[in-house]
Amino acid sequence: MKKVVAYALLIVFSLLFIAPLFWAVTTALKSQQELYLFPPKWIPSVWKFSNFAEAWNIQPFNLFLKNTLLVTVLSTLGQLISCTLVAYGFARFQFKGRDFLFLVVLATMMIPWEVTMIPQYMEFNYLGWINTLKPLIVPSWFGSAYYIFLLRQFIMTLPRELDEAATIDGASKMTVLLRIIVPLMGPSLILVSVFQFMGCWNDYLGPLIFLNDQTKYTLTLGLSQFKGMYGVDMQSIMAITCLISIPPLAIFFFAQRYIVGGIATTGIKG
Amino acid sequence: MAQTYLQNTSEQTAALKALKKRRWGGAAPYLFIFPWIFGFVVFTLGPLLFSLVISFFDWPIVGKVTFIGIDNYVEMFSNDPLFWKSLFVTLKFAALFVPLNIVVALGLAMLLNQKVKGSAIFRTAFYLLCHLRRGACMIWSWVYSGDYGILNYFLSVLGIQGPDWLNDTNWSLVAMVVASLWGQGSMMLIFLAGLKGIPKDLYESASIDGAGKVRQFLSVTIPMITPTILFNLITSIIAAFQQLTLALLLTGGGPLKSTYFYAMYMYENAFKYYKMGYSAANAWFMFLIVLTLTFLVFKSSEAWVFYEGEMKKNPQKKLKASRRGRS
Repeated sequence: MKKVVAYALLIVFSLLFIAPLFWAVTTALKSQQELYLFPPKWIPSVWKFSNFAEAWNIQPFNLFLKNTLLVTVLSTLGQLISCTLVAYGFARFQFKGRDFLFLVVLATMMIPWEVTMIPQYMEFNYLGWINTLKPLIVPSWFGSAYYIFLLRQFIMTLPRELDEAATIDGASKMTVLLRIIVPLMGPSLILVSVFQFMGCWNDYLGPLIFLNDQTKYTLTLGLSQFKGMYGVDMQSIMAITCLISIPPLAIFFFAQRYIVGGIATTGIKG
Repeated sequence: MAQTYLQNTSEQTAALKALKKRRWGGAAPYLFIFPWIFGFVVFTLGPLLFSLVISFFDWPIVGKVTFIGIDNYVEMFSNDPLFWKSLFVTLKFAALFVPLNIVVALGLAMLLNQKVKGSAIFRTAFYLLCHLRRGACMIWSWVYSGDYGILNYFLSVLGIQGPDWLNDTNWSLVAMVVASLWGQGSMMLIFLAGLKGIPKDLYESASIDGAGKVRQFLSVTIPMITPTILFNLITSIIAAFQQLTLALLLTGGGPLKSTYFYAMYMYENAFKYYKMGYSAANAWFMFLIVLTLTFLVFKSSEAWVFYEGEMKKNPQKKLKASRRGRS
C-alpha cells in the first residue's frame, strides 16, 4: 500500500516536471493553424519538422552555435586544468596560510555575482574585451571555487602512499599529479566538465552583458531575440529551445552515473 | 624525567617539521594554487573592492567621474521609490521561494529515498529536468499564457478560469516562484545524500521505542539532516536575491513592476542607464543584506543544527548542557 502511494506520487511529479517540456516539443511541431487552439491539441495532426529548420534559419543560428561551442569548450577546458592544479595544491601540500586561503575559496562562493559584475564589466571594457567572447572564456582559466572544493575533496580521498611511492622513485610533484592523481580523478573530472558545460551552454546573463553584436551572440542570446525583434514568435522559441536542449540531454545520459554519485561524495552531507 | 620527555618531544617535532618541510614545503604549493590566487585578485577581490570605491562616485560609463561621497546611498534610501519597490519584490519572492524550495526539495528527496523499483530512473528524470531548466525557461511564457497556456487548460478542466499569469499583478510573482521551483535538481540530490547518511539503526531503535512514522520523521530524520537544511537554506537565500534571468526573459520586470527584482533594478541602473556608481552602491547594499541574512542563519544554527560528530567528540559538554537545561 505504501509503495503504491510512493509510485503514484513519483509518477505525478514526473508528469508535472515533464509536461512543460512535452508541451514545448509538440508546440514546435504544430502547424500555424493548430498553434492557437483552445483547448490545446496535445498531438499535432501534421508533424511539421520543417519548423525546426525554419526557426534555425530566421537568425544565423549556425554562427551562434559556433560561438557557443567555442565558449563552452574553451571554458570547460580552462576549468579542468586550472581547478585540478589548484585542488592538488590544496589537497597535497602543507604551506603557510593554506587553511586560511581555502576558507577564502569557500567564502567566494557566497559573493553574489552582481557585486563584482560592474567592475568586471569596466575591467573588460578597459581591456577592449567587450563584444568579444574573451570575458566568457578567460576567467574560467583561473579556477572556480565550487569545482576547486569538489576536486580537492576527491583528491583527499586518494591514498597518499601512492604519491609518496612515486616521490621516492624520483617523480616530481607535477609528474605525481599527471601520472598518479589525474588518472584516478576520472569521475570527478567528468562531473566538473558536465557542470561547466551545462552552466556555460545555458548561460544567458554573461553573454547579455558582454556581447552587443549579433555576430558574437551565443545560442541563448539568439533565442531571446525571438522576443521583441519579431513580436513574440512562440513557435520559433519552442523549436530552438528543443534543439538547444539536445546537447545537454545527450551529455547527461552519457554522464549520469557520475553526476548522481558525484554530488553525493562532495562532502555536503550531515 | 619530565624534562627529558619534553626535550624529546620538541626534538621530535622539530625533526618531523623538517621532514614535512622537505616533503611538502617550498614554493611548489604556491605555484599550484597560483591560478586561483591570480583569478581571485583580478576577478573577485579587485572588483569587490573597486565596486565599493565606485559606489562613492558619480561614474557614468563615458564622461566625467566625480566623487560624491555617500550621495548614492542617500539617494537610494531617500529619493528612489524603485529601490524600495524592487527590494520589497525581492523580499516577497524570497519569503515565498526559500521555504517552498526547501520543502519541495526535501519532499522529493524523501520520495526518492523510498525503496521502490526504478527509483534511479525517477532520480535521473528529476535531475535532468532541473538542468534543462535554465536553457528552457522561455517555455514558461507559453505554459503561463492566459489564452493558450497549458496551465489554464488544466485549470479549465477543473472548472477554474485561470488568470493571465505573467500579465496579472496578483499572480506574476507567484508564477515566478513556481517557475523557479521547477528546477529542483541539485538541492534535491544534496538532501538525498543527507537522507542516505542517516544510520538505519536510529530508525530501528525509534520504532522499538514505539515511535510512529510521523514521530520518526520529526525526531530522527529532521534533526539528522539539519546540517543539510542549513546548507540549502543559505544557498536558497543567495539564489533568491540573485534572481534575474527569469524576470529578464519572461516579464521584463512587469506588469507594473510586480516582478521587478532587486537584481533587475541593479542591472538596469548599470546597463540601461549606465549609472555605474549608483548601481555599485545598490550591489553593495544587496551584498550587506545577504551577508547579514547568512550571518543570522549561521548564528541561529547553533540552536537548531545538530552535528553528530560534535556529539561524539564532546559527549561531556552536551551532557552537562542538557543537565543544566533540566535543573
